[in-house]
Amino acid sequence: MERSRRSFLKIAGISVLGVGAKPLSQALAAAQGSKTGPDPRALPGKRWAMVVDLKKPCPDNCRDCFEACHKTHNVPSMPNPKDEVKWIWNESFPHAFPGQEHDFLDEALKKHPVIVLCNHCDNPPCVRVCPTKATFKREDGIVMMDYHRCIGCRFCMAGCPFGARSLNWRDPRPFIKELNKEFPTRTRGVVEKCNFCEERLAKGQKPACVEACKEKVLFFGDLEDAGSEIRRLLKVRTAIRRKPQLGTMPQVYYLV
Amino acid sequence: MYNAGKIIIGLVVFVALMTFPFWYNAGRAAVAPELVLPTKEKQCVESTSFMRAKHMELIDEWRHAVVREGQRIYVGLGGKKFDMSLQNTCMSCHNEKEKFCDRCHTYVAVSPNCWSCHLEPKEMK
Ligand code: SF4
Ligand code: SF4
Repeated sequence: MERSRRSFLKIAGISVLGVGAKPLSQALAAAQGSKTGPDPRALPGKRWAMVVDLKKPCPDNCRDCFEACHKTHNVPSMPNPKDEVKWIWNESFPHAFPGQEHDFLDEALKKHPVIVLCNHCDNPPCVRVCPTKATFKREDGIVMMDYHRCIGCRFCMAGCPFGARSLNWRDPRPFIKELNKEFPTRTRGVVEKCNFCEERLAKGQKPACVEACKEKVLFFGDLEDAGSEIRRLLKVRTAIRRKPQLGTMPQVYYLV
Repeated sequence: MYNAGKIIIGLVVFVALMTFPFWYNAGRAAVAPELVLPTKEKQCVESTSFMRAKHMELIDEWRHAVVREGQRIYVGLGGKKFDMSLQNTCMSCHNEKEKFCDRCHTYVAVSPNCWSCHLEPKEMK
């Protein structure tokens, strides 16, 4: 009795080792003969963030940043506002910063439309609630969407307290005015949002909205680089963030 | 047995109908699809036999590497570097989707849904 149990355990142990050995050897082989790598032109950054200057008035009806973004990413213009897909848009001050306005706030600031987008939160609820891990946070802070995995359950939309995500209720393709041939479109039943232009960063370019802004309202850079433009701005100016009380730690800063 | 004759005739008809496709095509080889190869390049990212057998796995790996790991460059056959992109790399050579991808995919009855998001060359022109 004693002996047979002992030999059983031995055999079981060896089999477990054997089962584990195959994936391990595969992983090792993959690591050694890796055929993929990052683009050498990619911008180096450890924690990407955006800074929006609320003190600089955007000229009337200037929509350069919105248009650049939506054109770059094939964001459709839906005729019915219920189907709207937004990556970057305007919000009024009280809507963007609820609880941070008061009667004596600078009139100009109160009237100033606030440019809003996904905040690429440090503690993003959208990532936590996504059941398929279609939404995930990269090491450099970008909250990404893997559209291939999105099942359209919209938990992320419920989780995001900033309304930064939109569902494609209909096939967006017929509603894209001018197709950008370098970027895919989305399909019906998939959620989308701003991706901090990760495809542009990978090629050494700044986000489309920042590049398109002639008034220098938008800034983009690496928060972990103490010498970066955005760190300098955050040092000399006062910045607020959206709904900081919720603890999502937004990484879009508004200079006031 | 009641109605044995009718049942047997019925069975014979049934078996004949069910096996119709087999004996109708017996002895005839199915015509393999004729693909139009790109003229721009002579060499794909990997060898023809590899691509024939494994292009779907390769594309799946690319998708994972690009979206989830931020890897965008693939070192292909002979050390040549490629941007890992279905839309911008594959389709720039294989710019006749109907005469290349579709012919084979129709033949083996698979319909990948890549094209509901990725633009096929007709739209890329
Ligand atoms: S703003 Fe919303 S969608 Fe963007 S990371 Fe934060 S919770 Fe997620
Ligand atoms: S960072 Fe890129 S994706 Fe995000 S709003 Fe700006 S242009 Fe659009």
